[in-house]
Amino acid sequence: MAIHPPKQMIWWHEPVERSELVWIAVAFLWGLVMFGTMVAWHFVGKQNLSNEAYRITPDVFQARTEAAAEKYKVREEGNTGIPVVRPPPGGDAYMLARLWEWWPILELEKGQSYRLHISSLDWQHGFSLQPTNVNLQIHPGYEMVLTVTPDAAGQFTVVCNEFCGIGHHTMIGRIYVVDKK
Amino acid sequence: MATQAQFRICPDTGLKVHLPAQALIKANAVAAVVFLAIGGLFGLSVALTRWPAVHLLPAEWFYLALTAHGADVLLFWIIFFEMAVLYFASAILLGSRLAAPKMGWLAFILMLVGAVTANIAVLQGESSVMFTSYVPMKAAPHFYLGLILFAVGALIGVFVFFGTLIVAKDERTYEGSIPLVTFGALTAAIIAVFTIACGAIILVPTFLWSIGIISHIDPLTYKVVWWGMGHSSQQINVSAHVAVWYAIAAIVLGAKPLSEKVSRTAFFFYILFLQLASAHHLLVEPGISSEWKIFNTSYAMYLAVLGSMIHGLTVPGSIEAAQRRKGYTNGIFEWLRKAPWGNPAFAGMFLSLVMFGFLGGITGVILGTEQLNMLMHNTLYVPGHFHGTVVAGTTLAFMAMTYLVVPLIFRRELVLPRLAQWQPYLFGIGAAGISLFMMGAGTLGVARRHWDITFTDARLSFDVPAGAFLMMGLNGICAILAALGGLAYVVVVVGSILFGKRKDAPAPAARPATPPMASPIASYGGEGTLKLPGTMVLVSVFFVAFVLYYYVNWKYLASVWPLR
Repeated sequence: MAIHPPKQMIWWHEPVERSELVWIAVAFLWGLVMFGTMVAWHFVGKQNLSNEAYRITPDVFQARTEAAAEKYKVREEGNTGIPVVRPPPGGDAYMLARLWEWWPILELEKGQSYRLHISSLDWQHGFSLQPTNVNLQIHPGYEMVLTVTPDAAGQFTVVCNEFCGIGHHTMIGRIYVVDKK
Repeated sequence: MATQAQFRICPDTGLKVHLPAQALIKANAVAAVVFLAIGGLFGLSVALTRWPAVHLLPAEWFYLALTAHGADVLLFWIIFFEMAVLYFASAILLGSRLAAPKMGWLAFILMLVGAVTANIAVLQGESSVMFTSYVPMKAAPHFYLGLILFAVGALIGVFVFFGTLIVAKDERTYEGSIPLVTFGALTAAIIAVFTIACGAIILVPTFLWSIGIISHIDPLTYKVVWWGMGHSSQQINVSAHVAVWYAIAAIVLGAKPLSEKVSRTAFFFYILFLQLASAHHLLVEPGISSEWKIFNTSYAMYLAVLGSMIHGLTVPGSIEAAQRRKGYTNGIFEWLRKAPWGNPAFAGMFLSLVMFGFLGGITGVILGTEQLNMLMHNTLYVPGHFHGTVVAGTTLAFMAMTYLVVPLIFRRELVLPRLAQWQPYLFGIGAAGISLFMMGAGTLGVARRHWDITFTDARLSFDVPAGAFLMMGLNGICAILAALGGLAYVVVVVGSILFGKRKDAPAPAARPATPPMASPIASYGGEGTLKLPGTMVLVSVFFVAFVLYYYVNWKYLASVWPLR
């Protein structure tokens, strides 16, 4: 029994039943397939997270985000005072995370690519793009740069999904995706 | 050398029981159950708060309760119980004296003081930082201190286990190799050393940071090292509960491993490849390369997953073989139909096995796939997954083991046997539902650790899909079921320990040295001796589900915004 020492002292030489061997082979090959799928997706898939990131201080990132917001601001969102920023297609879009907001609101064109820069000014935050459900971890001191190509027009929401204190559940931001005019 | 007066022979199993080891097993098991009860209550309050129609706790209390829930059940319940498993698998199964029982008590006291300190810190309200306590969010210093004390205690306990293995070998209390269950416990103990070392490397500086001695801790470095503890500790749980599966199958059914070689190699894979798990948590972090992510989550071969898939065959396989030996040979599944489903130890064990594989195992691999992780990171899918592993898997297995520990170690009969019979089903179905519905909500984008999915207080508005509300409601109902199952467990266990009918008083061991071995079921399982059609059907179903679900997620990934 499993709670007693093996009956045969030299258990290593016991022959293994065939069904066990078959299962081990299947499971092992499946592991190789799963490994291969991850690698292959880098060549055939369109959703691979960027490896581009930089160390940055919160002050510098805040200054860059504010400069971009000032330059490309098109309006304010309702009476919230949050600027809606429309960066040039193919250009850089900045969004910062802080307690407890994603700032500013971005307006992107469908089908265009943008270099999206995200970082946090204080604690860790979770960038959760809804309803597409793309989720990224945002750290203070690290600027993540990824190239996104929104492929559907509409209103998207950025929910914070990394716990960041008592206002965590109020931390949402927005991205508008509009058809090309 | 221990005197014979310190031993008793168990009349049920013939095992030689070292009384100081027995006392330590009792203490650790009781502490475990107490923390399960506390942590379970916190968990119920969390689930009821996340049920939008109930929304039980205010926000501050919710985050506090969630932090306490994580620490109490994931750390304190499980690790106290694992200490009991380690002492059982060494001293009791090897018929040996426990090395350094006083150190065992020191370990116990440190763990208890640490656990209580951390709980106090959380309840004071200044440490609602979640189980992961990611910097630069800061908890009160005694929160970290409590965790450090607990870890140091656990490390001492692990070394008492190692010492006992050496004592048993020196004093020749057994012949040949250690039993498979002890081997599994040894696997858990070796992983525990690595885990606790990672914990010390990150928690000690974090403690110093919290009292102002260190000025800055890099958040990414913290996460890399923290998860060396955070997920490796789940590998301890897996090793321990797989050992418990083998133990229950052996004690209840007389099952014998199909092949010692295969089962032990599968355990060994856990030690070699435990790092895999840690990397799973860093798949959407900035500044970590795809090569690192892919290699570390799979080591190019997924050998830790292979280890679990092997146990997924050998555990039910050994049960099928034992049952067929007993004459349940009709058809493919008579052995399973006529298994002792009314015995809570067996029922809990088998449910744990199935649910760990289907709910926890498959989804864990999906979450640990570089690109797929983007779809679920930090959504409720994540807690959905690990409630499949540590609640439906580990916790249910440990509960099942308790139904054997109470008669064997506490020498009491179970009170309320009918309630005990139903308990694994009640808890198991509840836990399975929690796991499933949280994963469903996560797939719909619902964030984890989030007080209000209606976003009432937010400056911008956002409507989550209606299906998410349904999922959260169903999750709440299942949490109630699981809590009732947990309550039934506590009532039966505490009731039995206090009021259960005493089994015959322990007679001091008269016979020296090796106890009589209970004769295992006659040899089988070697090549060509026995076919296991039922088990092959079960693992085939599992495999098909695994492959389908894996590629469904890739299809889903292909539909989101292109990004690179």
